[in-house]
Amino acid sequence: MSDWTRRTAAELADALAAGEVTSVELTRAHLDRIAEVDGAVHAFLHVDAEGALEQARASDARRAAGTTASPLDGVPIAVKDVLATSGLPTTCGSRILEGWIPPYDATVVARLREAGLPILGKTNMDEFAMGSSTEHSAYGPTHNPWDLDRIPGGSGGGSAAAVAAFEAPLAIGTDTGGSIRQPGAVTGTVGVKPTYGGVSRYGLVALANSLDQAGPVTRTVLDSALLHELIGGHDPLDSTSIDQPLPSLVDAARQGAGGDLTGVRVGVVTELGGEGYQPGVLARFQESLDLLVKAGAEVVEVSCPSFVHALATYYLILPAEASSNLAKFDAMRYGLRVLPEHTDNPSAEDVMRATRDAGFGDEVKRRIILGTYALSSGYYDAYYGQAQKVRTLISRDFAAAFEQADVLVSPTAPTTAFRLGEKLDDPMAMYLNDLATIPANLAGVPGISVPSGLAEEDGLPAGFQILAPALADDRLYRVGAALEAALAEQWGGPLLDQAPELEGASA
Amino acid sequence: MPETPGSSGSPSARVEITRDEVAHLANLARIDLDDAELDHLAPQLSVILESVASISGVAGDDIPPTSHALPLTNVFREDVIRPGLTAEQALSGAPAHEQQRFSVPRILGDEQ
Repeated sequence: MSDWTRRTAAELADALAAGEVTSVELTRAHLDRIAEVDGAVHAFLHVDAEGALEQARASDARRAAGTTASPLDGVPIAVKDVLATSGLPTTCGSRILEGWIPPYDATVVARLREAGLPILGKTNMDEFAMGSSTEHSAYGPTHNPWDLDRIPGGSGGGSAAAVAAFEAPLAIGTDTGGSIRQPGAVTGTVGVKPTYGGVSRYGLVALANSLDQAGPVTRTVLDSALLHELIGGHDPLDSTSIDQPLPSLVDAARQGAGGDLTGVRVGVVTELGGEGYQPGVLARFQESLDLLVKAGAEVVEVSCPSFVHALATYYLILPAEASSNLAKFDAMRYGLRVLPEHTDNPSAEDVMRATRDAGFGDEVKRRIILGTYALSSGYYDAYYGQAQKVRTLISRDFAAAFEQADVLVSPTAPTTAFRLGEKLDDPMAMYLNDLATIPANLAGVPGISVPSGLAEEDGLPAGFQILAPALADDRLYRVGAALEAALAEQWGGPLLDQAPELEGASA
Repeated sequence: MPETPGSSGSPSARVEITRDEVAHLANLARIDLDDAELDHLAPQLSVILESVASISGVAGDDIPPTSHALPLTNVFREDVIRPGLTAEQALSGAPAHEQQRFSVPRILGDEQ
C-alpha cells in the first residue's frame, strides 16, 4: 500500500485527478498519521477529524460530478490557530481565548473551504505569534520532528512541524518577523511570506498590523506556489489588500525547476551573515549559492547598512502595535473572564486586570508593557517615531539593493534548532533568531525559506532565504525551485527523507 | 522615569526601567502583576530596552517615517447593505449576556 502522507500536495492533486485515490482516503491517512505521531510532536491544538472527513466526502462528490473547485480540491491542510475558523476553536495559543469559537471565517480560511481543501485542524503557535520557538504557547511547546528535544521554530512551529512530520501535506502560517520562514528553516521545510497585502489579513488575529502576513507552509516550492495562488489576491474586507492580480507563481516554480537561472542576478547581503551565524549554517548557505551559480545565476555582494538596526526597530514597532491590538482582550465581549480574588463586587477594570494577568503569558506581558512604554508621552518620538524613520532607511536599502540584484539571499536563521528551554528566559537571545527575516517584514517585501541541507556539527536542517521586491513574489518561486531541484539532485531526494522515523510510527 | 533615551548622546547609554515603572506601565496596560512577576519581568525589560535604545539618533530629522510597508490611500466600498453577524453570533463568545446584550461588571467606582 502506498503511503499517501509522504507525497507532495502536487502529487496528491494528480493522484486525485487520475482517480488513484479519494479525498476521504487521503484525509483519513493524514488523520491516522496525526493520531500516531502527534502525541510526540504536538503540532496540533485541535484536530477536526469529523469535519475534515465530511469536507473530503463533499470533495469526492464534486469530483465524481466533474465540478472540482480548484487544483487542490480534496488535498487536506492544517491551519495556524491565529486564523479565525467558524465552528472550530481559535485560541492563538493563549489562555485568554481558550475554547473560543469564532462566528466567522478568516478570508484565507474561506478561500480554502471554497477551494475544497479539508481542514485537518488548528496548529500550535507561540501565544499571539510572539516567539521563535512555540515555547510561549499556553498549551505546551511543539517538538521538532528532527529531534524531539528541540524547538520547531516559531511562532508557526506547529504548522512547520505538521508538514515536516507528514501529518499534513500543506499548512497555513503567518509571518510578522519570520514566523513562517524561520520554522521552515529549522524543520527542513518550505515557507513563504508573501508581499505585504498579497494575502488577506481579514480574520487573522492581529499581532502587528503593519507587519503580519499569512502564507504557505509546505514541503516543496511548487506546493507553496499552488497554495499561494489559492489564498492570495485582493480582498475587499482587508483595506491593506493589494488590488492587483498575483503574478503567475506556479508557472514560475515550474520554470525554476527546469534549473536554468541564466541572467538572474543574486545579491548576497553583507549584513546578513558572518558573526553570530553557526558555521554549518554558513557552509550550507555557500554551497547553495554555488549551486545557483552553476545554474547560471550571477552573484553580486550588496550592502544594506541600515539592516543592523532592523532588530531594534522591529522590537519597538511590534510591541507598540501589539499592545494596542491586544487591548481588545478585555474580558467583556468574548474570551476569558476572571474575577479578582478578595474583592466583592469588582469593577470592570478590576476584572480586566485580573483576566489579563491570568490570561496572558510572560512574553505577551513583556511586549505589552514594552509597547505601552514606547508609546507613552515623552518617549514616543525617541522610540516609536525613531523606529518608523529607520523603517524608511531599511526600505531605501532594499530599493538600492534591488537595483543591483533581482533577488537577495541570506541564511534564513542564524542557527539550527536549539534545545527546548534553552532561551526561554533570555528574551534577547530568543529575538536574535529573527535577525535575517525581520528586514523583509519592515519593508513589506516577500521572502521564502528553502531547506539548504544539514549543518555538519549537529545534523540539523538549515534554511536558505530568498527575498524579492514587493509584488515580485514569482521570483522567489523561480529561484527557490531551481535551488530545490539542484539540492535534491545532490542529495538523491528531498531533505526530509533524511529525517529520523518518529517513534510510534510504523515504518 | 529615566532620562530621555539618547539624551546623553551615546547610543549605548544605560536605559534602566525600574520595578516601579513596570508596575505603573502594567497598570496602564490593565494587567495585574504580583510581586514575583514584577521581580521577574523588570530586569528582562531593562535588557530589551537597552538593546532597542541603540536606534536613537540613527535617522535624522529629514527622514520621513514609514507607517505602512506599501504606499496606501484610503479604501472605500459602495455604501450597500451587507449581512453581518446576528446578535446570537455576536454574543456566542460572551462570558455573560442577557437580553441580547453583553453583561459586564459595574463600570463606575464606589465613590462615583
